[in-house]
Amino acid sequence: MSMFVIGYYAALITASCIAAYFQNRKAFMLLFSLTLVSFVLGIVGGVPALRGVTVFAGILALAAGTSYAFREFLIQVCSPAIAKELRTAPLTAAFGMFVIFTYAIAGIFAPWIAPFGQSEVIASAFEPPNEDMLLGADQLGRDMFSRIVYGARNSVGLALVATVLAFVIGALAGLYSAVKGGWMDQLSGRVADVIMSVPSLIFALLILSIFGTKLWVIVLVVAIIYSPRVFRLTRAVAGNVVVMDYVEAARLRGEGDWHLIRKEILPNSTAPLIAEFGLEFCFVFLLIAGLSFLGLGIQPPTADWGSMVRENATLISFGDITPLIPAAAIALLTVAVNFVVDWMLFRSSGLKEQ
Amino acid sequence: MKDILGLVAKRLGLGLVTLLVVSVLIFFAVELLPGDIAQAVLGQMATEETLAKLREEMGLERPAVVRYLDWLAGAVTGDFGTSLIDGEAVTAKITDRFINTLFLAAYSAAIAVPFAITLGIIVALLRNSIFDRVANVVTLTSISSPEFFLGYILILYLAVKWSMFPAIASLSSGMTFLELLERTFLPALTLVLVVTAHMMRMTRAAIINLLASPYIEMARLKGAPPWKVIVRHALPNAWAPIINVVALNLAYLVTGVVLVEVVFVYPGIGQLLVDAVAKRDFPIVQACCLIFAATFILLNLAADVGAILTNPRLRHPK
Amino acid sequence: MSKHHNKGVLLEIRDLKIDGYADETWVPIIKGVDLTLRRGEVLGLIGESGAGKSTIGAAAMGYARDGTRISEGSIEFDGMELTTATSAEKRALRGSRIAYVAQSAAASFNPAHKLIDQHTEAPLHYRIKKRMEAQEDAMELYERLRLPNPTEIGFRYPHQVSGGQLQRAMTAMAMSCRPDLIIFDEPTTALDVTTQIEVLAAIRDIVDQFDTAAIYITHDLAVVAQMTDTIKVLLKGEEVQHASTEKMLDAPEEEYTKSLWAVRSFKRPQKSRPEDDSKPVISVQGIDAAYTGGAKVLDDVSFDIYPGMTVAVVGESGSGKSTAARVITGLLPPMKGEILCRGEALPPRYQDRTRDQLRQAQMIYQMADTALNPKSRISDIIGRPAQFYSGLKGQGLKQRVDELLDLIELDPAKFYNRFPPELSGGQKQRIGIARALAAEPEFIICDEVTSALDQLVAEGILKLLDRLQQELGLAYMFITHDLATVRSIADEVVVMQNGKVVEQGAKEEMFTPPHHPYTDLLLSSVPEMDPNWLTTLLEERGVDNIGEAASV
Repeated sequence: MSMFVIGYYAALITASCIAAYFQNRKAFMLLFSLTLVSFVLGIVGGVPALRGVTVFAGILALAAGTSYAFREFLIQVCSPAIAKELRTAPLTAAFGMFVIFTYAIAGIFAPWIAPFGQSEVIASAFEPPNEDMLLGADQLGRDMFSRIVYGARNSVGLALVATVLAFVIGALAGLYSAVKGGWMDQLSGRVADVIMSVPSLIFALLILSIFGTKLWVIVLVVAIIYSPRVFRLTRAVAGNVVVMDYVEAARLRGEGDWHLIRKEILPNSTAPLIAEFGLEFCFVFLLIAGLSFLGLGIQPPTADWGSMVRENATLISFGDITPLIPAAAIALLTVAVNFVVDWMLFRSSGLKEQ
Repeated sequence: MKDILGLVAKRLGLGLVTLLVVSVLIFFAVELLPGDIAQAVLGQMATEETLAKLREEMGLERPAVVRYLDWLAGAVTGDFGTSLIDGEAVTAKITDRFINTLFLAAYSAAIAVPFAITLGIIVALLRNSIFDRVANVVTLTSISSPEFFLGYILILYLAVKWSMFPAIASLSSGMTFLELLERTFLPALTLVLVVTAHMMRMTRAAIINLLASPYIEMARLKGAPPWKVIVRHALPNAWAPIINVVALNLAYLVTGVVLVEVVFVYPGIGQLLVDAVAKRDFPIVQACCLIFAATFILLNLAADVGAILTNPRLRHPK
Repeated sequence: MSKHHNKGVLLEIRDLKIDGYADETWVPIIKGVDLTLRRGEVLGLIGESGAGKSTIGAAAMGYARDGTRISEGSIEFDGMELTTATSAEKRALRGSRIAYVAQSAAASFNPAHKLIDQHTEAPLHYRIKKRMEAQEDAMELYERLRLPNPTEIGFRYPHQVSGGQLQRAMTAMAMSCRPDLIIFDEPTTALDVTTQIEVLAAIRDIVDQFDTAAIYITHDLAVVAQMTDTIKVLLKGEEVQHASTEKMLDAPEEEYTKSLWAVRSFKRPQKSRPEDDSKPVISVQGIDAAYTGGAKVLDDVSFDIYPGMTVAVVGESGSGKSTAARVITGLLPPMKGEILCRGEALPPRYQDRTRDQLRQAQMIYQMADTALNPKSRISDIIGRPAQFYSGLKGQGLKQRVDELLDLIELDPAKFYNRFPPELSGGQKQRIGIARALAAEPEFIICDEVTSALDQLVAEGILKLLDRLQQELGLAYMFITHDLATVRSIADEVVVMQNGKVVEQGAKEEMFTPPHHPYTDLLLSSVPEMDPNWLTTLLEERGVDNIGEAASV
């Protein structure tokens, strides 16, 4: 038994006891179950497994600390109304906001942050990391780190454009259908049904095989594939608002459709729509990443995370984690957005689940 | 009973119509091709004569509607035409691969469905506890990760570093069933991870929704012990949402399978589709798309029919 | 308290405090309530919405709903302290010794099981009876509760039985183990008056027959007067007064209690139709109407509304009174007949009406919460119609809004820039009235405008509407199911049933018998404050001739 193992269990058990003493039931349950799990892990996996747990816990603690500090920072800089909302954000949501913030900075200031250009060949293929190249070189000898930074601009930017387009199409159709009703509502509903009855990736592959992988085709196709989702949600949310008496009152006053949408319905549907925008972004982003991974997304030499995974995939069989980095970049952003959306949905659904 | 049969028949009819519309979409999307198929096959450099010859061979001079009906009739009888690249029958290429894909999906589902539903119910019962919170974070993370990220992590650790399973899921004839299961374990596990997370969250939401019903409170106030509240009062009403969750996620598997097959070089229909898209082999693309869409529609249909059949209000009409 | 004075104490609640979870913190919702219930005693808990009646009812079973917690105090049921009892101990009481009857029977019966299986669940679980015995007992209870086909009805599923019958089946279920105490949580609130009466009679009889103690929770004073021995009045989680029913009705002590009783005093002299030959503001002529694909909901409906008069349209849910309003406003074009405005026919669809035609007929809604856009400022809500119809702008518009706020007795300086969610229910309803007035109409449809309000506030609104009518010469169509409101404000009454006008005439005439049998049934079914009202009524009608059984 090394000092590490003794220290490990001592720390866990002490922490459990402290939690028990202060009657923090949740913390105690968590710590003590971790202790019990560690006994098994220690027997099965030995010291390395325990080290793994320690490193993992360390990363978690770091992330939690960062999130906490970032939330405090946001509360300080934002207006009182927003700050009040932010106070209710769990650490996961704060973590999500922090990641989104970081990605935004990386994307906007990519040319200044990245040490090299995205298609600049500076070394031999697959060169390991050195002091020039933080993450080594890719299959053509381009700087991996620079390409990741540029990827934040290209991949996220493209997904953002497609999401906005899907949102505009879907939300407008949804609002208009809700106000108009009748055959127009029926028709848009059926169209949405048909589009949604084809799996999204398959639909995208079909269209891309025909029109080729031009950027505008990707944006348009993805927007069309995902707009029915927005349509359905908007239609449902707006449908709940349309039956309100104040909308009836406005109608009986003789107000036009546009006034109804803009003044009466939209202000009362924003919360679920914002959350949906986040979710929608995740779907779009994952779909585009999947397409890129299949070689049907953004075309080289533009840096794009999905394609980078595919280009460097062979390294995996040598136990190199390089191809996992762009994949992790994708996952991290989606997780972050999902964390924030999860909190927003919880807020807007009230305390139904309590 | 009459009402129920009527509803089911109506839903089946609607599914059929949807499938038909989708087939129209798939067929005529290719018609939107700049130029036509012959042009796409031969490229810009082709002479007028060779183009004309190919057009005649493919029957392109006939009106699109006739060709569509022809294609549809073929598809219904299992004939999807021939590949543009090597001239082989599409059906022959697809059959084995489709079976492989179904096997992979079934394998994943067999693990994921019981696992996810059990976990989902447990998490719903422990809602707002620390375990629920942890499960929420873990499942969100899993949902957010692209399939290829999970796939490569599994390859890196389980195949390359610890050499527990093969990284590439190549199949050969004469493998025993156990070998088959071992070979395809990693792709199946990847799918399981993604689908389980989805299914767990949806099951949790469905159960929590149900537990908020006044009749559940009534059961508690009648003194029913917790297990009885679940088994006797919640479960009979939970079938519809659970069936729905399962079917929706199986439908999700259908899409997820494409990326996973590519990651693990698995000889399934998804990989075939991706290859065909790259080579612009349209008959294969159309056939694969139709098969995927049909499976997807069928599963959604199953979900709705399941919901209708388990609805007590419909089973016992007034 | 009198007749149960010498019986043993069954339930004793001392200084009960309950917290509710809202906005991330626990806030007190019950602030120290005491309650003593003797065996066989029926206690009424009354109060406005949010007074905490229901929460106390659940607490009497040792039960805290999700999002609430019992923070202090003691609940002693027959010698057993429920706040410290284990959940297994509490569970053993529920269903066997304390039973619960919920507000919505339709939602509280499990849709997946037959009524009788749900009925026998508790007796079987507690091994009080064998299945066959329990079923026979259920049928006997069904018969005592005067359910039709008592031997057969239990084998139906909940959705196959009507609301009033379900509520009685739920009372039967609560009786299945012959409990010592039943909690009735607003059991008749969701029912129509003519259905309510049979449920009330059934509940009262069965509680009497088995000498069961009960806590009866309701917001309806007249109902509670029929059902209970003593009444406890709650206000915002605190007890206001507790006294025997007779004492409470005859000589209320506290200001608040007095105010609850005093409300129905407002009464306005009846006006008659104008002598000259002025045309009615709105004349409904032979209207048939149906919703798309549905059956006819209005069948040859005609009535006139003359300037400056209030016409009350009364009827139960489904009678078509709200549909009539939708036809008048043009939301639902009629299949037959027409609407005349001062002798001129209005286009059937509101989309085809001119601005001036739209301006003349305004609406005030039942739920002030959904009638005002929560994201609009008060100044915009009231200002928009003025701007829209009269083209007012800038200073002129502001002046008009101030004027309107003055008219509805709200201080313009305080309300001009606020949003509806910051206002109380009564204030919101006033804003709704101001919005209607902003259009300078001649005719206003008031759709159940007071039924969602607490009594005192409702009276304020009625007085305001009356004053406005006198000052501005407005005509009102008053849709309501509350006959007290009709008595206080109407000039003429239109009685509707199943889409038809059953009877119409001047108010005084309508309240003096003899009448169309349905009018009589409707009028006599509305509970009155007299504690002997139900008894007298049942004697008059005969036990078998109430509610659904009383065919018209």
